[in-house]
Amino acid sequence: MLSRIAESLFWIGRYVERADDTARILDVHLQLLVEDPWADEDTACRSLLAVMGVPVEADHSEPVGREDVLVRLAFGPATGSIVGSLRAARENARRARETVSTEMWGCLNTTWNALPDLESRPPDIHRFFGWVRERAAIVAGIADATMSRNDPWHFLVLGRSIERADMTARLLATRALVSTSGLAWPVLLRSCGAYEAFLRTYRGVATDRHAAEFLLLDRLFPRSIVHALQQGEQCLSQLSAAEQYNDRRIGVRDDARRLLGRTRTDLEYRALAEVVADLPEEMDRVQRACTAASDVIASRYFPHGAATSWVTEYS
Amino acid sequence: MVELEPAPTPSAMPAAGPVSWRASSDSTRPSPLLVKPEPVTPEGSVPGAAVAWDEMFESAHTPRRAYKQVHSALSRMSGDELRSRVDALARTYLDQGVTFDLGGEERPFPLDLVPRVIAAAEWEVVEHGVAQRVRALEAFLADVYGPRQAVADGVIPLKVLVTASNFHREAAGIEPANGVRVHVAGIDLVRDEAGTFRVLEDNVRVPSGVSYVLANRQAVSQVFSEAFGDHRIRPLSDYPRRLLAALRAAAPDGTVDPAVVVLTPGIYNSAYFEHALLARSMGVELVEGRDLVCHHGQVWMRTTSGERRVDVIYRRIDDEFMDPIHFRSDSLLGCPGLLTAARSGHVAIANGIGNGVADDKLVYTYIPDLLRYYLGEEPILDNVRTWRLQEPDARAEVLDRLGELVVKPVDGSGGKDLVIGPQASAAELDALRTKIRLDPRGWIAQPVVQLSTVPTLCGLELQPRHVDLRPFAVNDGDDVWVLPGGLTRVALAKGQLVVNSSQGGGSKDTWVLRAAGSKDIEDRATHRRRPVPVLPEMAEPDPGPDDETTSDQQQQQQQQQSQGIRPVRC
Repeated sequence: MLSRIAESLFWIGRYVERADDTARILDVHLQLLVEDPWADEDTACRSLLAVMGVPVEADHSEPVGREDVLVRLAFGPATGSIVGSLRAARENARRARETVSTEMWGCLNTTWNALPDLESRPPDIHRFFGWVRERAAIVAGIADATMSRNDPWHFLVLGRSIERADMTARLLATRALVSTSGLAWPVLLRSCGAYEAFLRTYRGVATDRHAAEFLLLDRLFPRSIVHALQQGEQCLSQLSAAEQYNDRRIGVRDDARRLLGRTRTDLEYRALAEVVADLPEEMDRVQRACTAASDVIASRYFPHGAATSWVTEYS
Repeated sequence: MVELEPAPTPSAMPAAGPVSWRASSDSTRPSPLLVKPEPVTPEGSVPGAAVAWDEMFESAHTPRRAYKQVHSALSRMSGDELRSRVDALARTYLDQGVTFDLGGEERPFPLDLVPRVIAAAEWEVVEHGVAQRVRALEAFLADVYGPRQAVADGVIPLKVLVTASNFHREAAGIEPANGVRVHVAGIDLVRDEAGTFRVLEDNVRVPSGVSYVLANRQAVSQVFSEAFGDHRIRPLSDYPRRLLAALRAAAPDGTVDPAVVVLTPGIYNSAYFEHALLARSMGVELVEGRDLVCHHGQVWMRTTSGERRVDVIYRRIDDEFMDPIHFRSDSLLGCPGLLTAARSGHVAIANGIGNGVADDKLVYTYIPDLLRYYLGEEPILDNVRTWRLQEPDARAEVLDRLGELVVKPVDGSGGKDLVIGPQASAAELDALRTKIRLDPRGWIAQPVVQLSTVPTLCGLELQPRHVDLRPFAVNDGDDVWVLPGGLTRVALAKGQLVVNSSQGGGSKDTWVLRAAGSKDIEDRATHRRRPVPVLPEMAEPDPGPDDETTSDQQQQQQQQQSQGIRPVRC
């Protein structure tokens, strides 16, 4: 398939997942701010923005609040925001319209048409987040039901998996913020839609340790970091199936797969206590591995012919 | 007097539509009036009767301390805003399916925006009183189905016990492993004209309504978030964990990692929503009778990997339907052999079989004495004054004053067959007189209690409406824990004293405030912000294919396109 199309699918996967996960994270943290008015809003918001990778001015005379979080992460134009991500997903689908099914394009376009901006804010913010999650679910559902399981599908799922690992890592990094409010794990689990799956898995004898284990290491729950990384690896192995003859004997040749696999095994084969001890640092490592893998994938599968601009030579 | 039953949909309920964040964005509604509550005037009451206790207002326009913030938040709100909150609340319940089943039709459970606030000191009384009462009821049930010491000592006549319609001799000799029969209790309280909490009835069979307590909190905390955030409200989220812990503690001796199930009559039961919510939030299986099978004195559930043993059954079906061998032989809801398994100590049934004897309203009149007898303490929460119609003097007085009293059947739950004297016609009173003469054991009489009132949204006006309170208590054998909150039911019709939802009742979120002197309150007093950790910065989200560099290409593409459309002129 064309590199340009593959790239678009990869990024549709990433952007839709990014919008979905950002909505989940914001939903939880904004509710926390409301319910816990004694928390220091300025620091809480700065920390949240920092974890989400939004640079904030170090000037503490200008307090950062709920409003800034909404502008930067929900309604602003940057691709880190929900609105920005969904807009970018739609742009990518437009570039790949002949490959993306009509239904999928229709869904992304409808979403884009309904997007609010800074001026036309939805009155009920939690309802908006719910809507975003639902649109993301529809995209995933249509892809699942209409796409052949060949390369386009693998690129889409690859993008989604990498983004999911990246975002779950960021979410887990906010644990310290959540736990000072006395709620900790149930809140984080809920924001991943993992709370009920978690309860059924551990049958009510759950502790904080189990919850950490679940979001980091569970092989069966689709939003855990390990599951997401594993799915990414599987997609990569499918994509390079033709050249894998040598891999049967020795190691893994694909750099991106190596990056994801190494991060996954690093989490899986270390003692949980060790990983949880400095969660923000560990999660930063996971996040950086995702970025690195994404770069390697781009340079391998999406080579850009640098647009050459000719300059007239004057003599 | 109060019961959870299906309720009519209030007119403010919007039709369910497709989900969109735009749903309530039209801001051009006419502004409705927000009327200040008037002082309460009792209706349908005896002339000269006391005025109901208003929980929000101390005097005509002064709110009580606990309600100050709610009052000011409501006063600040414009009519438009209020309307959109009410809509949002109703929508939440429709979307989540927080419904009652009425004759096969699902109706949303009406929830009022204005919460009921209970100050810490008031709650302390309720909490201790309910826990004390549950301990007394436990002792009583163990005695009824055991040695019957209280009968021997003349505290309660044997005749009263064995004539109670929910007394089951089949339960005699079933010994719970940890001695608990009342795993969950719902004690219905009302506040009388002086603001004192009194017990109206005990529910230790299958008290329902706790799911609405949890769902109400979730909905109101989101929709009325600013007022919610102003208070230090005790959280409810611990309930499923506490319940599961109590159920696990009830497991037969020697069970490692007991399997707990919730037994439901099925999806057509009016409280099915609650059964599903409890099972889901505890992470246990929700089973129907047909999923269970008994053999070798054990209970098993049918699973895809064969039969699995069940150790604890939290049953939400009535005694009579539990086991067709011992009770109704036509029951399809239970499972044959359950009782035998329970008797042989291989399965724990929560709540215990035969608990209904304690719910009997004639037995209720003996509970304060029984409490003194078993615990050697004075009751913290008193009963409402009640006449025992078996006693000739009391019966004569009641028959004489029938027009001023409330008469209730002893085994009826909720407002079924209840007669409020001042509101009844002469013919109804005559019919009642005959019934009482024929079956004095079947009825009790109480004075008309003006239940306390809380302002409630009726249309878009705030008006005082009567409320009751059902706190829930969980007993794990070591300790009786009372959920800080409980179900506040409200009669939505003016002057209505029966908060029964089949008669237009709704519910309110119940906010129990934290005690002054707790750490949070100190924080508030000093305006000290709770420190929050500073998290290290992570990398920016990966940028997608760069849009800026392609802008030249974009222009050229547009150009190409427009050139293509342009008619060719030569």
